[in-house]
Amino acid sequence: MEKLLDVKNMHVSFDTYGGEVQAVRGVNFSLNKGETLAIVGESGSGKSVTTKALMKLIPMPPGRIKEGEILFEGRDLTKLSEKEMQKIRGKDISMIFQDPMTSLNPTMKVGNQIAEGLIKHQKMSKSQAKARVIELLELVGIPDAENRMKQYPHQFSGGMRQRVVVAIALACNPKLLIADEPTTALDVTIQAQILELMKDIQKKTESGIIFITHDLGVVANVADRVAVMYAGRIVEIGTVDDIFYNPKHPYTWGLLGSMPSLDAEVSELYAIPGSPPDLLNPPKGDAFAPRNQYAMQIDREQEPPMFKVSDSHYAATWLLHEHAPDIDPPEAIKKRMTAMTSAVNGKGERV
Amino acid sequence: MSEEKLLEIKNLKQHFKTGRHSVVKAVDGISFDIHKGETFGLVGESGCGKSTTGRSIIRLYDATEGEVNFKGENVHGKKTRDQLKKFNREMQMIFQDPYASLNPRMKVADIIAEGMDIHGLETNEKARKAKVEELLETVGLNKEHANRYPHEFSGGQRQRIGIARALAVDPSFIIADEPISALDVSIQAQVVNLLKQLQKDKGLTYLFIAHDLSMVKYISDRIGVMYFGKMVELADADELYRNPIHPYTQSLLSAIPLPDPVYERSRERFTYDPNDHDTSEEPEFREVSPDHWVLCTTKEFEHYRREYNTVK
Repeated sequence: MEKLLDVKNMHVSFDTYGGEVQAVRGVNFSLNKGETLAIVGESGSGKSVTTKALMKLIPMPPGRIKEGEILFEGRDLTKLSEKEMQKIRGKDISMIFQDPMTSLNPTMKVGNQIAEGLIKHQKMSKSQAKARVIELLELVGIPDAENRMKQYPHQFSGGMRQRVVVAIALACNPKLLIADEPTTALDVTIQAQILELMKDIQKKTESGIIFITHDLGVVANVADRVAVMYAGRIVEIGTVDDIFYNPKHPYTWGLLGSMPSLDAEVSELYAIPGSPPDLLNPPKGDAFAPRNQYAMQIDREQEPPMFKVSDSHYAATWLLHEHAPDIDPPEAIKKRMTAMTSAVNGKGERV
Repeated sequence: MSEEKLLEIKNLKQHFKTGRHSVVKAVDGISFDIHKGETFGLVGESGCGKSTTGRSIIRLYDATEGEVNFKGENVHGKKTRDQLKKFNREMQMIFQDPYASLNPRMKVADIIAEGMDIHGLETNEKARKAKVEELLETVGLNKEHANRYPHEFSGGQRQRIGIARALAVDPSFIIADEPISALDVSIQAQVVNLLKQLQKDKGLTYLFIAHDLSMVKYISDRIGVMYFGKMVELADADELYRNPIHPYTQSLLSAIPLPDPVYERSRERFTYDPNDHDTSEEPEFREVSPDHWVLCTTKEFEHYRREYNTVK
């Protein structure tokens, strides 16, 4: 498979009056063509900053990419000038933002907003762009495109607006699509439609998708691989099956345990105690240790490296060290894991 | 759980005039009961009228038509200030957005105590402070937080402040309008567990409005599904998820992504087409099986019943 994106040891910091906030502290991942990588984690875990850094959309200053490389088709984006970035943004890499209510320009007709990129990047004439806009609106399932393109964002419902945002992102057939919580503000039925739409388009265009969300149901639906972020680092990364059926990091256990399932009877949800650390002064050792009931002495002293579980699956927890004691995941998680695995036969089909 | 009715909603209608000739029927004739001590979940897509229903029940809107009987007394209709105050003490609300629902210029202590001040509950300054501190501890914050301002708190903590404010006047009924949708997953679990614990300790009754169906199922005893201002199905939480009858409920359930990739690969989504219904007569709310109500016409009713019994 062809590698589309390779992020190596990326650090992003923000200089504030209080000091340096280390929002992203050494992130490594790669993305192949036609693949979907989901990044999950709490707010403040650095997932949005990571993806914004990929597009260099971080306000600099106060933000800066302190260290690391972002190789997009072999080119290091961190070394490009703003002018060069502008040629890439919206053309090769585009982004779907979380809130369709605020990511559209309220004073511009939606048709013009979609056409903007086409005229700029693909040097289309106005009439060519118009034809393409209609095509795009139909692609994302907005009926009566000819008239709708002349309307303003406020004349669209939330789901329809998000479709417009998707249409803008897809306008130039990007090679990489970054979707930052694209469905969080939407209803389940609309969410399902948008997800199906994105998958459909991915099949046609072979684009790579980075999907940020905190809804694990959505992750299970769209992702090929999953990266779990905590306090500016990836703590576990693997295929979607690795993460859901064989999670290794206690934080991943916590995330999985805090979601109620529709079929299982759980008396109390497992809630991860406390809240994420302040990245102004990242704690010594493993950032998750204070909230981790399995934390050992070493967790408080030294940050765990990425341990290899399998070729596709890595996790940063000392529990995977050969000298670590054998620890059972919490009962609720274990039940989930066995319930999930027992439901799968050798071929990966549900029995 | 008792079968005692705490709240009886009868043919509630809430219409908004949007122009000289156009009317939005946000809630269009719904009836249901909420029993004492239960959690009643209200689900549906945005714009279906679930929040409006909640707001009409607590009389943030004056109902266009219908009755909301709380402990046998209508909340709507002509009321004196004192009568309204009595309802307000019994019914409280937790709002969706913990950022917008707390006054940024007030200290947490004053936000929480505002209700007590209005109702003249704790006139003694010391007792008021003690009560605020007690409430903060009940919701899992500590008493040092009383003198801070809302912006100093995270989303989950703010929602806890919202809950403390609702509890301040010792209500018996709380309307929680999407109380967790603005929170992170791990924090959602904390808040839901807190709400459940409070219900156990204080015997509260909840109306839980949400669009996250898996969370609604987890917290609710009974669930009502709304679609375009009407209630289309009402049943026990488990029953509703096991045997959804109305095609809209089925489509809604089939759209929920579950944290289970294998299931997700095979999940099939039904789409709901409101035109598929039998239009020979006005649909009515009928009991297809005991305590399981569906909005349907006579013909559909027969059909649903037959189907339901064969599945069973």
